[in-house]
Amino acid sequence: MGEMIELEKAVGEITEIARGFGLDPFPIHYEICPPEIIYTLGAYGMPTRFTHWSFGKAFYRMKLQYDLGLSKIYELIINANPSYAFLLAGNSLLQNKLIVAHVLAHADFFKNNYLFSRTSRDMIESMTTTAERIRQYEMKYGKERVEKFIDAVLAVQEHIDPYLFQNDGNIKTNNGINDHLPNLQRRTEYDDLWRLEDRVEKNIEEQVQKKFPTTPEKDLVLFISEHSKALEDWQRDIMTMLREEMLYFWPQIETKIMNEGWAAYWHTKIMRELDLSEQESIEFAKLNSAVIQPSRRAINPYYLGKKIFVDIEKRWDNPTSEEQGQLGRKLGGGKKKIFEVREMEGDSSFIRNYLSDELIKELDMFIYKKVGNEWIITEKEPKKVREELCNSRINGGFPYIVVEDGDYSKNGELCLKHQFEEVELDIKYLEKTLPYVYQLWGKAVHLETTIENRAVLFTFDGKKNFRKFL
Amino acid sequence: MSEPLFIVSKEDWSLHRKGYEDQKRHQEKVREAIKENLPDLVSEESIILSDGKEILKVPIKSLDEYRFKYNSNKQKLVGQGMGNSKVGEVIGQLVPKHGANNGKGAGKSPGEDIYEAEITIDDIQEMFFQDLVLPDLQNKPNQEIIVEDIRFNDVRKKGLMGNIDKRRTILENLKRNSLMGKPRIGAISPEDLRFKTWEETVLPRSQAVVIAMMDTSGSMGMFEKYIARTFFFWMVRFLRTKYEHVEIVFIAHHTEAKEVTEEEFFTRGESGGTICSSAYKMAFEIINQRYPVDRYNIYPFHFSDGDNLTSDNEKSVKYVKELIKLSNMFGYGEVNQYNRSSTLLAVYKQIKEEKLRCAVIRDKSQVYTALKTFFSSKEDNNLNTESLN
Repeated sequence: MGEMIELEKAVGEITEIARGFGLDPFPIHYEICPPEIIYTLGAYGMPTRFTHWSFGKAFYRMKLQYDLGLSKIYELIINANPSYAFLLAGNSLLQNKLIVAHVLAHADFFKNNYLFSRTSRDMIESMTTTAERIRQYEMKYGKERVEKFIDAVLAVQEHIDPYLFQNDGNIKTNNGINDHLPNLQRRTEYDDLWRLEDRVEKNIEEQVQKKFPTTPEKDLVLFISEHSKALEDWQRDIMTMLREEMLYFWPQIETKIMNEGWAAYWHTKIMRELDLSEQESIEFAKLNSAVIQPSRRAINPYYLGKKIFVDIEKRWDNPTSEEQGQLGRKLGGGKKKIFEVREMEGDSSFIRNYLSDELIKELDMFIYKKVGNEWIITEKEPKKVREELCNSRINGGFPYIVVEDGDYSKNGELCLKHQFEEVELDIKYLEKTLPYVYQLWGKAVHLETTIENRAVLFTFDGKKNFRKFL
Repeated sequence: MSEPLFIVSKEDWSLHRKGYEDQKRHQEKVREAIKENLPDLVSEESIILSDGKEILKVPIKSLDEYRFKYNSNKQKLVGQGMGNSKVGEVIGQLVPKHGANNGKGAGKSPGEDIYEAEITIDDIQEMFFQDLVLPDLQNKPNQEIIVEDIRFNDVRKKGLMGNIDKRRTILENLKRNSLMGKPRIGAISPEDLRFKTWEETVLPRSQAVVIAMMDTSGSMGMFEKYIARTFFFWMVRFLRTKYEHVEIVFIAHHTEAKEVTEEEFFTRGESGGTICSSAYKMAFEIINQRYPVDRYNIYPFHFSDGDNLTSDNEKSVKYVKELIKLSNMFGYGEVNQYNRSSTLLAVYKQIKEEKLRCAVIRDKSQVYTALKTFFSSKEDNNLNTESLN
C-alpha cells in the first residue's frame, strides 16, 4: 500500500498547485484499475452503460491494440460531480502525476465550459438506470428484438439537437396531442394555446396545408420518438434514454481539441512546478512528447489545442500597440484571456477565432485529399486551412441532417434532408442506414442530398432502395 | 467545503466482465454474418486463388455500424507537416485491397473503419461442410478398409522400455523413497517403472472415387471456367477433409478427353469444340479398369457450359445412362450465365433417374447452391426437389 500513500500525497500536492493557478475543478475520485477496465471504459464511455455488441467490438479492438503494445490509454475521466478518473494499474508514480495534473484540467473544463453547463452531472447513475431498464425490456420482449431495435437507434444517434433543451420531458404530452390530431401537430412552445384555438373550429383544410414539421427539425431521434406510429412505448423509452446519453456526450465531441489542449497546457505547467528528480524529468519529457506528438494525417488535439492556448496567452500578454490602442488590450492579460476562452468557446469557434495565420504556418498545417491512389497535399493557404478545420468540427464532424417532411407524399412518409455544405455523403452507408430509419418510422423514408452537383432523392420503401434525380 | 477534493481508491474489479461479454456477442454476430455470406464467400476469388494457406480478411458487411457519414473519397482533411510540406506532396499511399476485388473501392484511409473479420479457409469449411455428405455412400463388403488408430491411453507396470513414462516413474520413485524416510529421487528400482500402453481402434471405411470432368473447350469463357474451378476447388477440399479414402480422378475434355493431374486440371486452358461423350467414355473406361463397382462407391461429376456438339447429344445420353448404372450418383453442373435454352441440360432433363442430379449456375453465389444440391443425402435432396415443385 506504500504506493497508494505516495500517490495520495502527490495528488494532494498537485491539486493544491492546480487550484493555486486558478483551476476550479470538480472534486475527483481517482480509481486505479486493470487494463480490461480502462478499455471497457474507453469502449463504453461509462462503466455502467447498457449492453450492446458494438461496445464489445470497440473493446476488443482497443484491448487488442493494448495487448500488441500499439496504443495505451493511461487515463480516462468522466464528466460528473464528483468526477471519476480512472488510472491504469501499473502506471509509474511519475506517469500518475502527469495524469493527475491532466485530469484536473479536464475536470475544470467540464465544470466551467458553457457547452457542458447543461450536461447531467449524475449521468453515472442515470446510465445505470438505463442499462437496468434495457435489461428488463430484454427479458420482457426478447434479447434479439431489443438488440435489433438498439441497432437502429444507434444508426441515427448523432442526429440530435443539443441546443433544444426546451423540449426535454415534453414527449409524453406531445404524444397525447398526437393521438387526437394525427399529422396536424406542430411543435412549438405554445402548443397548448394553439390547441385552444383549434377547438374554435378552424378550417381543417388550412391546417393540412401547414408543413409538418413547420421548420426543418434537426433532432431526428426526438422527432421519430415523438411522431413515429411504428413504435411501442418501450421503444420510445429506449430512444429517449439513448438521446439523453448522446446529449451528455455531445459537448465532449464538440470540444475535443480545446479540452485536450487545455489539459495538455496545464499538465505541462503544473509538472514544471513539481520538484522532479533528474530521472523523473527525463521520464516526463519522454511521456509528454509522446502524448503531444504531431501526426501528418490527423490533427493531434493535445498538440494543436495546447499550441493555440499558449499562443493566445502570448498574444494577450504582449498585445501590439495597435491592439492596445484599438482593442483596448492591456499588457499581461494572457491568463485571464485563456480562462475566458475555455469558458466561452467550442472547437469550431476556438479555431475560427484563435488559430492565427502565423500559427498555421508555424505548425506547417495543410489540407490534403485523396487523388487516385494517393493522399496529396492540396492547399497551404492559412485562411483555407482554418476554414477547413473549422468546418470539419461543425456539428461534431457529422453530416447535418434534418427532418424536412414528416408527412411526405401526404402519406405519413418521412423525408430527411442533408444540409449540403461541400462534402458528399457516402452512398453505400446512406443506403444501408435508411433501412434502420425505416425500421424506426414504419413507413417509406427518403433522404435528399447532393451528388455530383445534382440533387438526389434516396428512398427506402421497406424492400428496396431507390434513387432519383430531382 | 465538506466534500473532500479528492479520493484515491483501488477497488476489486475482477468481476467486471462487461467488455468480454459484449465482445462474445460481437463474435457470435461475426460468425452469423459469415454464415449468411457463405454463398458469396464460397466464390470469393481471393479464396480460390489462395492455395488455401492463408488467413483471409473478409469484409463483413452487416457488422459495420452504418450511419450517415461523409464520403471519404471526397473529403478534405487537415494534417500537419514537419515544417517543409509542399502543395502537391504525396503524404501517403492507399493500400490496394487484397486480391482483385474489382470495383469494390479503396483500402484503408485515415479514420476510415472497414471491419474485416479474419477467418481461415478452415473456418469457412467447417461451417460450409457441416451439412454436406457424399450421397448414398454404401459399405462395399468386398473391401472393408481397416484403419488402425493407435492411442496411448493407459499406464501399466510392464511394458517396452521405449514407452517408459518418465514422469510417472519418477513420481513412483519419490513416493517409495519418501515412505522410507528419504524424500528424494534416486535408486530407481524395477517396481518404480511405469509404461505407457496403447489401444488399437479399428474403423471400417468405405472406398469411394470421384471422377471430376471439366469442359475446357473454347466456348467456356472466363466466367464459366472460374465457376467450374470454384466448384471443383471446394469439392476437392470437401472430400479431402471429410473422407479419408476418397480418390479423385481428373478428366479435362474438349473434343477429346484426357486424364490430367490435379494441378493441370486447375490450371490448363484449352480451346476447340465440345464433345462431352469423349469424357464420359473415358470415365467409363477408367471405372472398368481401376474401380470395380463391388469395391468402390462411384461419383462422376461433370461441368460444362452445355454447349455440346448437337450430334453428340444422343451418344452422351447413352453414356450417362451407362455411368449412372455404375454410380451412386451422377452430378451435372451447367454454367449458363445467359440462360441459353438448347443445351445439354435440356437433353439430360429427359433422363428420369433418381441418381442424376443437375444444377444450373447463373451467378457466382450459385456455386454454393450447386455444392449443396450435389452433396446432400438422398432424403434431403428429395425434400429439396419436392419443395421446388
